Amino acid sequence: MARHFVIVGAGECGARAAMALREQGFDGDVTLVGGETHLPYERPPLSKHGMLAEVFAAKTIATAERLAEANVGFRGGVQVAAIDRGGKRLLTADGTALPYDKLLLATGASPRRLPGVEGERIFYLRTLEDAQRLRGELLPGRRLAIVGGGFIGLELAASARARGAEVTLIEALPRLLSRAVPEAIAAQIQARHELAGVKLVFGDGIAGVTSDANSATVALNSGRRVEADLVLVGIGAVPNISLAAEAELEIDNGIAVDRHLATSDADIFAAGDCCSFPLKIYGGRRVRLESWRNAQDQGSLAACNMLGANEAISTVPWFWSDQYELGLQIAGLSDEGASIVRRDLGNGASILFHISADGRLVAASGIGVGNAVAKDIRLAEMLIAKQARPMQASLADADVKLKSLLAA
Amino acid sequence: MVEWIEACGADDVDEEDVIRFDHAGKVFAIYRSPDDRYYATDGLCTHEQISLADGLVMDDIIECPKHNGRFNYKTGEAKGAPVCVNLRTYAVKLENGAVFIEV
Ligand SMILES: Cc1cc2nc3c(=O)[nH]c(=O)nc-3n(C[C@H](O)[C@H](O)[C@H](O)COP(=O)(O)OP(=O)(O)OC[C@H]3O[C@@H](n4cnc5c(N)ncnc54)[C@H](O)[C@@H]3O)c2cc1C
Ligand code: FES
Repeated sequence: MARHFVIVGAGECGARAAMALREQGFDGDVTLVGGETHLPYERPPLSKHGMLAEVFAAKTIATAERLAEANVGFRGGVQVAAIDRGGKRLLTADGTALPYDKLLLATGASPRRLPGVEGERIFYLRTLEDAQRLRGELLPGRRLAIVGGGFIGLELAASARARGAEVTLIEALPRLLSRAVPEAIAAQIQARHELAGVKLVFGDGIAGVTSDANSATVALNSGRRVEADLVLVGIGAVPNISLAAEAELEIDNGIAVDRHLATSDADIFAAGDCCSFPLKIYGGRRVRLESWRNAQDQGSLAACNMLGANEAISTVPWFWSDQYELGLQIAGLSDEGASIVRRDLGNGASILFHISADGRLVAASGIGVGNAVAKDIRLAEMLIAKQARPMQASLADADVKLKSLLAA
Repeated sequence: MVEWIEACGADDVDEEDVIRFDHAGKVFAIYRSPDDRYYATDGLCTHEQISLADGLVMDDIIECPKHNGRFNYKTGEAKGAPVCVNLRTYAVKLENGAVFIEV
């Protein structure tokens, strides 16, 4: 039995994997190496209530006590520079070697940069430091320009409005969240942002951003200019693959893993935002997810498989977002759908079921106040996992309990 | 001081479901199990303070509506990440078609 398991990346996925190794009874050494100096913390609050709380505090995933209790060797602030696969060891940026028997890469993702756009007034949001810096800027009357109408940009727009900042959000495509949610939900989200006073610009690309120490100007392709005190760029994230790529592991829109999360080297696993993997329920389609629950689930699964369990990925993608009082939840991959069936839950809450050409429920997107859609999205997720073909009339009828369809 | 409080009518909760009950500034969750017994726990998730009554009950488990943290509602036990702190449970009795909890 291998004795020293090393995990690179102490985010949601890496931290979960370390704890899961112990929960599974592994009694060898576990080292969790994190490039950030902090204890593992949750990212989702950084754009949401973390921005609003009176006192900014990181939500820790695993406290020092819990890590110590589980006998996990946490090495924070240590960047891994290279994997020496032949010698089965890692080389850290400060030049030390760390041997491993099995290795998990949970290196996550980094914000996609806007080429050539740099400066003090340009912000990205991924880490605690990013959030702290931004938070200090979001003051009443401050002008924030957000590039990108994705989840990070929209959540931050909501938080910035709550803090009294003026927000202009620029989206290159004709509507918000084009790839993520159906048009009806995007329209509901857009209306809510407009109500909050966010100025939205659609269908206009960025020609350039100029900035000095105090302000920035975003020039758009149309010739329009947006003057701001600061610019947040939220145009997606790219997987952190350089370690794996330099070690010549297979890369395919992320570190390529098989259905057991193994890379092209059987002793090296990858999980979470950094990897792409095949999803059985969609015919083995390879995807990469940037989702909190996926990071957790894959962390646990990677731990089991590092211990030889040989279990396949079986989860349904799931994602949530909070903006203002609205809660959005998505289960499954909506782009697998050919048609949509709508269920109204009352009070403005609704669920859109995505049905494939052959009648299978492949995804469900829901939006409503608070957690109004949670229960039904969870049940939809189970139906999706079962590859069910529920009657469309039943899906549309809010009086038919989804639980009853599950039993069918 | 321990006291019995009327939380709801027995029929207010569906089988294998949960409702919220507020009392004296505290939130409780009242459950009815698939085998038709009643249970009560603290009503807010121990991860973030989210009302569990919007969550899904399956067998002995209540799943938090926000991030799917799972608890056994009969024992209050947290079943793993992201929840690691158990829920407090409360004794329950049925009287004259009403559900009472001991707080
Ligand atoms: C602001 C924000 C809001 C979000 N909101 C939601 C949401 O509402 N819902 C949702 O489902 N998801 C949300 N997400 C996404 C979710 O947080 C991620 O999917 C999750 O954090 C991925 O976990 P991970 O462990 O794979 O990667 P990360 O959390 O990115 O962790 C990877 C870690 O690895 C470290 N690392 C990388 N390379 C090295 C190296 N060479 N050596 C040492 N360490 C290294 C990094 O420093 C990082 O700490 C949000 C993300 C952000 C940024
Ligand atoms: S609030 Fe319940 S799991 Fe997060």
